[in-house]
Amino acid sequence: MSVKTPSRLEKILAAGNLAVTSECGPPRGSDPEVITQKAELIKDHVDAVNITDNQTSVTRMCSLAACIRLKLMGLEPILQMVTRDRNRIALQSDILGAASFDISNILCLSGDHQSFGDCAAGQNVHDIDSMQLIQTVRRMRDEGKFIGGDDIKRPPRMFVGAAANPFADPFEIRVPRLAKKIAAGVEFVQTQCIYNLAKFEAWMKQVVDRGLHEKVHILAGLTPFKSAGMARYMKNRVPGMDVPDEMVKRMAGRPKEDQAQEGIDICVESAQRLKEVEGVAGFHVMAIEWEEKVPEIVERAGLYPRPAAA
Amino acid sequence: MIVADRKPMEEVIEEIRDFKNILVLGCNECVTVCEAGGKKEVGVLASALRMYFLKREQEGSPAVSISEHTLERQCDHEYLEEIRQDMDRYDAVVSLACGVGVQFMAEKYNDTPIYPGVNTCFMGATEERGVWTERCQGCGQCILASTGGICPIARCAKRLLNGPCGGSTAGSCEISKDTDCAWQLIINRLEALGRMDEYETLSPLKDWSTDRAGGPRKVVREDLKS
Repeated sequence: MSVKTPSRLEKILAAGNLAVTSECGPPRGSDPEVITQKAELIKDHVDAVNITDNQTSVTRMCSLAACIRLKLMGLEPILQMVTRDRNRIALQSDILGAASFDISNILCLSGDHQSFGDCAAGQNVHDIDSMQLIQTVRRMRDEGKFIGGDDIKRPPRMFVGAAANPFADPFEIRVPRLAKKIAAGVEFVQTQCIYNLAKFEAWMKQVVDRGLHEKVHILAGLTPFKSAGMARYMKNRVPGMDVPDEMVKRMAGRPKEDQAQEGIDICVESAQRLKEVEGVAGFHVMAIEWEEKVPEIVERAGLYPRPAAA
Repeated sequence: MIVADRKPMEEVIEEIRDFKNILVLGCNECVTVCEAGGKKEVGVLASALRMYFLKREQEGSPAVSISEHTLERQCDHEYLEEIRQDMDRYDAVVSLACGVGVQFMAEKYNDTPIYPGVNTCFMGATEERGVWTERCQGCGQCILASTGGICPIARCAKRLLNGPCGGSTAGSCEISKDTDCAWQLIINRLEALGRMDEYETLSPLKDWSTDRAGGPRKVVREDLKS
């Protein structure tokens, strides 16, 4: 895959290196330090940092502003953008705004339903969906065209990503769904947190059998458990999450004070196993409000130091 | 049909509390089928209101007269004319028709206040007695041909044209275990039809100008206009 954008993430993946991304959730307030401090914790251990877009539909500082903060620090942000809150005018407008700061990665998502957040009485937009957002960014970049057909002066140069959830139902369309995103123009995907490694490997095998891993860079999603309680919560409460019983048992089998370390160990072991899986192009380490653990996970997984982008 | 649900009695009372001669007006169409505003529901609401106002009268308030009537349709000029000769007897009407009927009444009888007695909910069908579910949002550009006859606009919480999202779990939507994932239904249907290969066809950006987004809509049939 030849490089089409100034994205460092794209260069690292194109060179065949395992990439590492992580994410920072913006604060529920306007203090820029929250985002810059989180970024400081992980900056030497990752190639790019996702900034979430009002995740779980809870109102926060906007992803674009937080991405600009990272950019000003000299880091590489990945702008997460959900189709829940903006129509096609606002989406294109924000893409141009991000491009004006030379933000060169975007992750196209539909977003959690607003009923999960702090504005359950609000409208959702969903003028276009995540696949159509992928198409839109690619068209803006590659053809220099707005959705309406007009030319864009200085088109955005963004490496286009999306999410993939190998564990949601129905399982039989999870690979066709990835194929569909590839047809829409996606260039990298970050997967849902992987706890059921066998199921992920079964999904990857189908991906490889169809040759899809040669058309898209797949970053395996990892989130360390902080506690047995978190493992149970993820298993029972988070839609589209697959946490095997034995993993909950393993966490619960440790004394409370050792559970956090057990969670990190599981995460590192998962990374080590998944590194060997054909088609895995890197890792997306989502240490939710636990960014300080990202360096340990990356180092112990043998993913440090990070390569310099060519 | 248009599915409606009864407004709480207290809300209806709040609407009409200052009037003396009130007509409760039902509709013999959709709201009859979904048991929210037909002749039977008109009778039930009128009786309940009479009891309420009788009690109030006994406590010293002026008497209130509650009349009842049910039209064949409230969304039709012809049937609304049926009650014109009686309208001067009423100083307010509680319409148990859908929002269309309420508005048509208000347009027709400009100097009589018309209050809604039901909440108009959606276009849907009867699943079983007492359970109605949504099927159509009237987007004005039907896509059912490409989705196995199941509408993701009406039935997916994110109206995804290229679903399902990552929240689909065991056939249910992420918003509730009691809500079917529309895309699971679409996939089941495509499988049953032997058309799964169609799943990978990308659905393009939708033109929403025929939807609510385009402003109030109108269908004009020149061939039928007199």
